[in-house]
Amino acid sequence: MDRLPRWADITLVPLVSLLFAAAISALVLLVIGQSPVEAFKVMVDGALGSPYGWGYTLYYATSFIFTGLAVTVAFHAGLFNIGGEGQAQLGGLGVALVCLSLPWPHWTVALIAATMGAALFGAAWAAIPAYLQAKRGSHIVITTIMFNYIAAALLVYVLVDVLRPTGQMDPASARFPAGAQLPALNDIPGFNLIFQRPVPANVTLLIALAMAVVVWALLWRTRLGYQIRAFGKSEAAAKYAGINPVRITIIAMLISGGLAGMMSINNVMGEAERLLQNSSEGAGFIGIAVALMGRNHPFGVVLAALLFGFLYQGGAELGLWTNIPIEMRIVVQGLVILFTGALDMMVRMMLERVFRLFRTTKALRAA
Amino acid sequence: MDYATLLQVLDTTLRLATPLLLACLAGLYSERAGIFDIGLEGKMLAAAMSAGAVAALTGSAWAGLLAGIGASMLFALLHGIAAITFRGNQLISGVALNFLASGLTVLIAQALFQQGGRTPPLSGPARFNAITLPGAEALRDVPVVGPLYYEVISGHSILVYMAFLIVPLTWWILFRTRFGLRLRAVGENPAAVDTAGISVVGLRFAAVGITGILCGIAGAYMATALQAGFGREMTAGRGYIALAALIFAKWRPVAAMWACLLFGFFQALALRPDVVQAVVQVRVPVPLLDALPYMLTVLVLAGFVGKAIPPRAGGQPYVKER
Repeated sequence: MDRLPRWADITLVPLVSLLFAAAISALVLLVIGQSPVEAFKVMVDGALGSPYGWGYTLYYATSFIFTGLAVTVAFHAGLFNIGGEGQAQLGGLGVALVCLSLPWPHWTVALIAATMGAALFGAAWAAIPAYLQAKRGSHIVITTIMFNYIAAALLVYVLVDVLRPTGQMDPASARFPAGAQLPALNDIPGFNLIFQRPVPANVTLLIALAMAVVVWALLWRTRLGYQIRAFGKSEAAAKYAGINPVRITIIAMLISGGLAGMMSINNVMGEAERLLQNSSEGAGFIGIAVALMGRNHPFGVVLAALLFGFLYQGGAELGLWTNIPIEMRIVVQGLVILFTGALDMMVRMMLERVFRLFRTTKALRAA
Repeated sequence: MDYATLLQVLDTTLRLATPLLLACLAGLYSERAGIFDIGLEGKMLAAAMSAGAVAALTGSAWAGLLAGIGASMLFALLHGIAAITFRGNQLISGVALNFLASGLTVLIAQALFQQGGRTPPLSGPARFNAITLPGAEALRDVPVVGPLYYEVISGHSILVYMAFLIVPLTWWILFRTRFGLRLRAVGENPAAVDTAGISVVGLRFAAVGITGILCGIAGAYMATALQAGFGREMTAGRGYIALAALIFAKWRPVAAMWACLLFGFFQALALRPDVVQAVVQVRVPVPLLDALPYMLTVLVLAGFVGKAIPPRAGGQPYVKER
């Protein structure tokens, strides 16, 4: 069987998958009696047409970079962490506890502490499924799904019975003190030349980009990263090479959970400034689509996160200005996961056929 | 808790266990054949919307049921194509189809009815209504047994009885027929089945198809019997609870029924925190009751309540010798 050239594997496969997803999305819009062209215009206008739109697109992208990296790290260890959602919600709890515990003098101090709190809580929520997978052989996918639901129930309890200030009706924590409020991009010198109106995208974006570099360095430039990737490729070979499977499974999941938890500094600390119910709003699941689309490479994850940020902001605009329900973005998300994740082989087989065609014509011409 | 309250809770248990049971049995066929399916949730949701919509348009609950099964089969077919034909990752395919169902159901319901993603409220023959079993009225006054029969056993829609009849039927199919033997074999050792000259692909598609039918009934039950119409995300994680029940039951049909009844009982209790409080004398937070099925499943998975060993070839695509 012919193999695809490397450049085609990296660029063409995700692009063609994306095209498929886009084509079917357009078809769905036609079926429900809407114009795909009109919809695309509204999305581009709302998400990319103004600095204000970009402020939202980048805000969503920031969250998705974290959750995408979380899924990526676990994928490289051969683990499918579907629990990013629960880990992100626990991360939010960590952020809230840190922010509410002290009268923070300056946001930089608060940010460092909150980041640690978020990562710690997220990692802790991933630790139990990781331990169960490594030691007791229970399947990580099922346990992380269960932990998503347990996390949701736990947060309902914490917000209603513990963190809710007396006299407040809605299940949410108190507002964070002023010293724990992060500057948005419109508050940062340099960025404020572009973003003149208040936008939700905040300084966390820079942390997310830094984490992408850190994850890349971890996976491809350290001994631990090598062990993680080796373990993910072949557990038997890794074991033979002296890599401890229990240790790698747990470490990879802790890193993954920590990254998922860290997205909460973006939405909880940077935007809502208090802990709300369902704070992560599905971003944990979008991490799966982002990681698949980004071919499990931090650089690809950043690009895919931008794409999904566009999709989310654009989808919200659709809900505002057109008759297309906001759920359209969930459809696109599902289609992207389907084509890049599950029907990967189909896309590849098609491309291989096309390439073979090219090769034969070239060979004929040469003859 | 007095006897009347207990009967009420048990009645609700049966009502709530039914969609879990149907979805759980659906998952049983698929997973026994070696195809993991975390897309039960999505199939139920798609079926609920189609059933709700068609029942509202035609005024017939049976037409709704057929439409529900059709929609669920379509999703099952997609899963089959991704997981069997193109040997894609079964878990990722399930996740994708769940999202697809979650979004598409709202989109289509909104386009059809413009009621914020709901289908219109159903009544009369557009719903599966409660049926009174023979003798229920007559036996009602017999102490203890009479009310139990009248309140709990009788007075459900036909789909509830259907679901509980499918349990022995599934046991019989799996363990007493040739098809069942082959189905189980293909989930444990597909190469052996292939060597015997039986189509692995065919068997697995058949299993996935049965999963589609049962999820379709489960979804139709949600929209046309348990409730009167479809609402967005109305399955609320039941597909995952069913999956949990399946593991809890170690992939056996009769045990699956008990697991679903147990999880249905928890759901019924979560609706009646006053009853729980009266019994245990401590205020139990409702979220704890909500989380109980999931926590139990984790305990089972951890091997603390007997080890759950899945079918051996589960999740692996079958590649014929190259």
